[in-house]
Amino acid sequence: MDNPVLSAINTTFATVASAVQTVPGSAIAIDYIKNSYQNDPFRVVLELGLAIYAVKYMLSKKYRIDQNHVQLTEKEIDELVAEWQPEPLVQPLSDIQRMELDKTQVIVGAQGPKPKVLSSGKTLLNLASANYLGYITNEDIKQKAIETLHNYGVGSCGPPGFYGTLDVHIELEKDIARFLGVESTIIYAQGFSTIASVVSAFSKRGDIIVADDGCSFAVLKGTQISRSTIKWFKHNDMADLERVLESIRVETQAHKKRPLTRRFIVTEGLFQNYGDIAPLDKIMELKHKYKYRVILDESNSFGLLGKTGRGLTEVFNIPAKEIDMIVGSMANTLSAAGGFCAGPKEVVDHQRLSGQAFVFSASIPAMLTVCASEAIKILSTPQGESLLKTLHENASVFRNVILTAVPQWIELSSDAGSPILHLRFPSSLVASQQMSRDDEKLLLQEIVDEAAIKDGLLITRAKYVESQELHLPRPSIRISICASHNKKEVEKAAQAIKAAFGKALSRRK
Amino acid sequence: MGKGSRSAVALSPAALKATPLSSQHHAKFQEGLSVKDPKEKLHWKGFSSSSKNRALFKTSYDDIMEEPPYFYLITTYLSYIILSFFGHVRDFYGFRWNKKAFAHLMPSNGYAALTSDWDSFWTRNLKMRIEDCFSVPTTLVPGRTINMLERVTKDYCRSFQFTGKLKEAVNLSSYNYLGFAQSTGPCADAVEEVVHTYGLSACGTRMEAGSLDLHTKTEELVAEFMGKESALLVSMGYATNSTTIAGLASKGSLIISDELNHNSLVFGSRLSGAYIRVFKHNDVEDLEAVLRDAISQGQPRTHRPWKNILLIVEGLYSMEGSIVKLPEIIELKKKYKFYLYVDEAHSVGAIGPRGRGVCDYYGIDPKEVDILMGTFTKSFGAAGGYICSSKAIIDHLRLVNHSSVYAESMSPIVLQQIYTSMWSIMGRDGTGAGQERLSRLAWNARYLGSNLRKMGFIIYGDRDSPVIPLLLFNPAKIPAFSRECRKRDLAVVVVGFPATSIVASRARFCVSASHTKEDLDFVLRVVSEVGDILGLKMSSRKALEMGMDV
Repeated sequence: MDNPVLSAINTTFATVASAVQTVPGSAIAIDYIKNSYQNDPFRVVLELGLAIYAVKYMLSKKYRIDQNHVQLTEKEIDELVAEWQPEPLVQPLSDIQRMELDKTQVIVGAQGPKPKVLSSGKTLLNLASANYLGYITNEDIKQKAIETLHNYGVGSCGPPGFYGTLDVHIELEKDIARFLGVESTIIYAQGFSTIASVVSAFSKRGDIIVADDGCSFAVLKGTQISRSTIKWFKHNDMADLERVLESIRVETQAHKKRPLTRRFIVTEGLFQNYGDIAPLDKIMELKHKYKYRVILDESNSFGLLGKTGRGLTEVFNIPAKEIDMIVGSMANTLSAAGGFCAGPKEVVDHQRLSGQAFVFSASIPAMLTVCASEAIKILSTPQGESLLKTLHENASVFRNVILTAVPQWIELSSDAGSPILHLRFPSSLVASQQMSRDDEKLLLQEIVDEAAIKDGLLITRAKYVESQELHLPRPSIRISICASHNKKEVEKAAQAIKAAFGKALSRRK
Repeated sequence: MGKGSRSAVALSPAALKATPLSSQHHAKFQEGLSVKDPKEKLHWKGFSSSSKNRALFKTSYDDIMEEPPYFYLITTYLSYIILSFFGHVRDFYGFRWNKKAFAHLMPSNGYAALTSDWDSFWTRNLKMRIEDCFSVPTTLVPGRTINMLERVTKDYCRSFQFTGKLKEAVNLSSYNYLGFAQSTGPCADAVEEVVHTYGLSACGTRMEAGSLDLHTKTEELVAEFMGKESALLVSMGYATNSTTIAGLASKGSLIISDELNHNSLVFGSRLSGAYIRVFKHNDVEDLEAVLRDAISQGQPRTHRPWKNILLIVEGLYSMEGSIVKLPEIIELKKKYKFYLYVDEAHSVGAIGPRGRGVCDYYGIDPKEVDILMGTFTKSFGAAGGYICSSKAIIDHLRLVNHSSVYAESMSPIVLQQIYTSMWSIMGRDGTGAGQERLSRLAWNARYLGSNLRKMGFIIYGDRDSPVIPLLLFNPAKIPAFSRECRKRDLAVVVVGFPATSIVASRARFCVSASHTKEDLDFVLRVVSEVGDILGLKMSSRKALEMGMDV
């Protein structure tokens, strides 16, 4: 035994063996291995094969999942790169797009019930802005905002998850929760972005969303980003909703073994695109029957509907607590900015980590937060109630005038009492006159222009990102009624618009 | 460059004064001084960030990320295993014997669980333990110092009670880079005026009677500031990305995105319907490989050529402190003909000798970048964001950007804050105060970053970054660092998984122009002390750095 190599191997082996023996429990493992190999050559071969395969697998190159990949040489790639010509990022604007852009009114100075516009330099009666209760000119709110400015500055300079949560944010959350009578509230920095974050925080891939096809773009984007299964039901058609729910029930019954998925009904309180309201009582009935959670977008109805402005739940006398998630906006009625989601504590707390627009965005400026808090405070006083009363009266005045129009001229999709009114050409008329969408838009724009020049009215067509809408509503003029106007002004405005519709149509004929 | 460049990093005011490159600009800055306390201005006046000198200061990228010693890696993984184990034990008992608290995680009465158990495992079992370090309620201006509402918990962070006391701490947590978060001064005065003349809201969307002349005026200034033809303002920073990208890319387009891009960019890209590919963080070689593969292979399955390719990167990555390698990307752009979208949420105002972001920092013509996006939340102390580009693209975006058509337009108060602060940065107010802020910030960022490196902490990011991430690794050090700093009157942000990779938990310092040298020296003292307690000075470069600078 004087071979140095052999002795080296021997000593190494001995050291390793003694080292292994020092590990607690190693004796059992060694025994097990020794026993298992006795008289079983097949097993030895099999396990050795497996071990070799494992090593080979680990050393092997990663293979592509993409089977469609074409092998190219570097030269070929260079040629392809040189050859490739990208399309321009955007196409030049079409005439009608150019018109959309050029005809958008710019307001000089303060927004309000009677703002001055840049195009003509005239002061117009505003029937286009979300200044329903006239909060924009409220001096108390302004004073509060200035006080806040001197304490907090403007920006919050941080996301709420770190140090961007201000005491005024917490106060506003409490104010909204108290106002609606729900457990908890979370505020977002932009009204539009709220619903998309709320929907995608709860509804994941495989979950089911049943949504009204009249819902606004914000809701559409929320359903899209959630990657859930989406079913649409016809706008405010409860029979159709039930049909969809029933078909899903039948389908899930066929696959009983699958785990229960989350299911949501998504609808709007006061529809941005139509000005009508959702039949909440019937929806709640179906919700309980089919076990769905309801996400109600009250961006327009919060602060606007109901005797005290508590929204759709107040109209139907259903406690807001029963709605799983109420999403609202502070930018519309409250004339501040931002959005919120109200609901049970678990719903709200989950969003503090999973509501994407909440987590990854700076919090809303303190001044606008306080402004929203003040606006809610006013709503809870008799002053608020009387403002709402005036608003609804003005809306009725306007509506009644429009309803007396020749029915062949104007189609009104809004419900009674809604301060958002959509005026369209009747579909029968559009069909008989073979008007294209662009024709309708141009004709409506003529009415808007004429109202501005002749009648001193600021009105606007409802605008859409047409290329990305799924259920594009027909072109319309959207009227937003304001409580700061007196009835005479509103009536005169309605008369003028009614006449303008008639004139535009007769010109076309 | 690499190691050589390090010696150019000045670490003390004395060293700065001694460097010849500062002298020629010395006089210029003296003129613009408006700091009342003469002692205060001493610490930064020697520093110049003019573009000529910048090249000398420029860091190489090669050594931005440093791996920790193995001991820390292994203990970090072990900690997470132990935490998860206890989490599962708690869940096991909770689901069986504490049904009330777990109700929303279990199917009941025909409803599926509200959130899946897996989604919230982390939150309930890991984050809940250290909840006191997050969502810290504050009050008043988030300026040089921040006022936290003191709170206590009696149920292990499930709920908090306010004590009614305030705790003031030096603020390294807010994105107040240029110190424009102020409740007094020219910005506040202008904003107060605007409340009277314009009110607080524009009550509508930009396309439907919610456009004010103030919007137009501010957009013009922003476009000029960024060196672009046109600008579009959006009322929320997050939405600037999430509602714009769909207007630029669609089915048939390819979006190439840095792996660490912000959530808003991911959200926007996903909404666009374009195909999305990612490349390794700030890795130009990997980007080129992705580009070559994408262009030569064309669209998946059909192999048809892409309509166009949009590369989306950030100017300054807020979790890493790394600055995008713009010059290399511009080179690639010439060869591969993609369109470039740079998100300057953190870099605008914060870097570049004139505060105009990464293009300014590298001395690149902004025209080379197709779309410059940024936010006003940070350097400008306001809110919202902007998109700057050619007139054709902006006109198109006005019609298809979701925010411009459907969302509330920017509030007049925010517009005014942006206008006045930008006016000041551009030096139009005639006081030089804006330039002074820029110089202060640049000096502060470098002073804090290099001294922390010198102490032996592992610091990520570029040396010119005002965001300075200090690596903590072990999960237990996340709350410990935050609490120890708070105890010593220092407010810092700590982040862990899932905002960072699982091992790379960190504390993040955001330097501001409002910090004085005394503040930063205080910070260094505190962090050093806490670093000693927690064993954070683990950098292997410590000796090297010390050697270089002595």
